[in-house]
Parts: sequence; structure tokens; C-alpha cells
Amino acid sequence: MSAWTERQRSILDFALSSLLRRAGRNVSLLAVYTAVVFLLASTMFLLSALRREAALVLADAPDVVVQRLVAGRMDLVPVAYADRLRGMRGVRDARPRLWGYHYDATRKATFTLMVPLESAPKEGTVVLGAAAARLKGTAVGRQIPLRTHDGSTRSLTVGWILSSESELVAADLLLLSEADFRAITGIPAGSATDLVLSVPNERERGTVAAKIARELPDTRSVLREEVLRTYDAVFGWRGGMVTVLLAGALFAFVIFAWDRASGLSAEERREIGILKAVGWETSDVILLKTWEGAAVSLTAFLAGTLLAYAHVFFASGTLFARVMKGWSVLYPDFRLVPAVDPYQVATLMVLTVLPYAAATVLPTWRAATVDPDAVMRS
Amino acid sequence: MKSGTGVRKSSVFLGVTFVQAALLGLCFLHAGRAGEAARPAVARRAATVKALGLTDLCLFTDASYTRHLALADGHAPFQEHPASLEHFPAGSLAGPPERLGR
Repeated sequence: MSAWTERQRSILDFALSSLLRRAGRNVSLLAVYTAVVFLLASTMFLLSALRREAALVLADAPDVVVQRLVAGRMDLVPVAYADRLRGMRGVRDARPRLWGYHYDATRKATFTLMVPLESAPKEGTVVLGAAAARLKGTAVGRQIPLRTHDGSTRSLTVGWILSSESELVAADLLLLSEADFRAITGIPAGSATDLVLSVPNERERGTVAAKIARELPDTRSVLREEVLRTYDAVFGWRGGMVTVLLAGALFAFVIFAWDRASGLSAEERREIGILKAVGWETSDVILLKTWEGAAVSLTAFLAGTLLAYAHVFFASGTLFARVMKGWSVLYPDFRLVPAVDPYQVATLMVLTVLPYAAATVLPTWRAATVDPDAVMRS
Repeated sequence: MKSGTGVRKSSVFLGVTFVQAALLGLCFLHAGRAGEAARPAVARRAATVKALGLTDLCLFTDASYTRHLALADGHAPFQEHPASLEHFPAGSLAGPPERLGR
């Protein structure tokens, strides 16, 4: 072992002994630090997995959705609009889409009613999302009554239940035939909730949207790229979710780093004074404190990140479940596909380890450059 | 400097740090493998999205504008009564659609 390595090991030994002398204080410090990293890393893992899932799954969302607006609110769109759009250059197909919400007063839950674009169930049959089936406590072959727009009840037979692996996109769905949908919602024939367009050429979609705005001024178009960008923004670092989840953790960390940076304890000052008095150089004292800071911050970073990984990907983010559920009665039961971005982990390390190390070294340098006698007497 | 059992404290610290770093490395490996293994399930979810013509993830079902984030309009959260504030917790988590931010 080279002299340099041995010197570092010896200083590290001394730093660890110094930390253990104040075990109570340092263990609580380590616990708080680990908890802050855990919260930051859990949020980062959760968002990165959700962003990845949204990007992969919604890559097959409709190319363009056309909604009709009346007095600034979404309104039913005439099916005849689809015929006009079908003839537009760049548009391969335009289809009316039927969907809406259905409030179940007994269970206080809102389901999404929908007529699938492909292979809709036959009349009198309903296909349930897994969470909807769980909440309704039903099974294949059983009847479920649905209250219609005029107050009557329409009973539908459960044809099948969508697999639980589709919960992230279809947990609350009730898939119906067009006839059942219109009977329940009261949406008249000739109207639809919105239109979906097939515009195969990605570069033409913006032009098509502009043309639609000119030809049908009471509509607005939502492109697939906008859908994807919405989810990218929602689960991005600047999204509302991060602001809410991270604000507490960041404040805790700022207070914590400020406490460290604002000065050393009398005991630590005396220790530095003694070390200087017995012949330690200022650089040795700074090295000692750097090792102390590194030992605490590295341990907290690694432990916090590992715990966060286990929390999000093995325990399905249990601690965030309440926040995510909000007031929802229907909530999908899903396990996220792990997605770890090395760049994000490195950023987290830089953001949590370096400020702490700097906050430890700076006051040490101030104390170590003062006369040992003055430090010990202060 | 040695602990009571004769092992240097630095050896214990470096050993624990090494194990933690190795576990972090395993997390990256696990994420990569799990991503590969989940590919068919993700493809099936994407197929469901295509077949049903879906536009949104089913994450927040408490309000229409949080259930269908991509299709929500700007004043949907505030439509209950004049000058009403955001009502549902999910509204503070999700934020408005990207196109309204421009």
C-alpha cells in the first residue's frame, strides 16, 4: 500500500472515530439525510418510470383528436364533420369517437364509458376495466345495472374483464356498443364526443390541424405529439407533481445544509484547535473534515437511493399511493416497469453530496486557519 | 486505528460503501432486465390504446380534467362556481396540458 493511500486510510479511520464519538448526533444526521435522498430519489424514479411508460404506451394514441368548442366548452361534434375531414389532403381516415363519464352514486366513483374504435362489444354486453370490475364486485356473465340519462336503468351483461396488466390505461373503462352508449348517455345519432383522424405523415399533422381550424372554426385539434408532450411535462422535473413532492424535501435539505454551513459546534472547534496544536497542518484538518462529510453524504446517498429503488419498484411506491390517489375512488393497481436514468442518478448525487461536502469543508477551513489557542479558547 | 474486533474502521466503511455501490449497480442491471422482460406487456398496453383509441393514462380518476389530462381545457378545474379554486388534490399534481402552457 502506497504512503499516500495509507495516509488517506489513517485520516479516514480518524474521521470515522471522530464521527462515532458524537454517534447520537451523527446517526440522527445520517437518518435525516438518508430520508431526504430517499424522497428525492423515489420521486425521480417514479416520474422517470411513468414518463417512460407514457411515451411507450401512448405512442399509438390517435394521430389527431378533433374536439368541438361551444362558448369555450367542449361540446358534441356532428358526425358529418368526419365526412368533411376525410376528404382533406393528408387525412387517411376520420372516425367519430364516443366516450363520456358515468357517475355511480352508490360507489361514488366516476367511470369512463367508451365505444372502442375496433371490435366493440355487441349490444347488451359490457367489457369492464379491471379496477371498475373490482369496485363493482362483479364477474363475467353477471348483470350490471347502469342509470341512463332519463333516469331509467339499463342492465348489461359483463362480457369480459380487461386484464390487470392494462390497468394503467384502462382501469376505469366500461366498454359498450354504440346503441347502449347512446341509450345511456342520450347522445343522439349524428353526434359524437370527438373525432379521431389518421394522418400517417407526422410532418403533415401540424398543417392538417391548421387547415381544420380554418375549415371548421368551432373545433380545436389535439395532436399525438401534444399528448406525449403533456405527459412528458407532467412527469418532468418542472411538472406540478415534482413541485408538490419535492418542495418539502428540498426545504429540509436547504435548512440542513445551512445548519452545517453556518458554523461548527464548540466541540468541533476545540477538536480542530487541539489537532492544530499537536502539529496537524490546515490541509490535514480540511482533509479530515472532507472525509467526515464524504462518509456521511456518500452513505446517505447510497442508502437513500437503494431504499428509493426498492420503494418504487418493489413496493409499488406505497408512500406516494395516497398522494397519487387523491380523492379517487377508482385507482389502477399497477406495478411500474423500472426505468433508471444514470444521468438523473448522477445529478441527484451532485445535488445532494457536493453541497453537503462543501458546507462541511467551508467552516472547517475558517476555523483551521485561525490560531489554535484562539480556537480552543473561543 | 482498529475497532474492538481488530478490523480497521476504514475497512468496514469502505466495505459497506462497496456493497452499497454494487447494489446500486445491480439496480441498473435489474432495471435494464425488467424493462426487457416487460416489453411484451407494454406492447399489449400500447395495442389496447390503439384498439380503443385512448389518449390518456388512467392515473387520476377524481376529475374529468385529471382523468383525461391531454384533452382538458383551461377552465375545466374552475367551472364549479365563479372564482372557484382547484378542488381535487390530483389537479395540483398533474398540471395543465402542454398546449395551454404556450
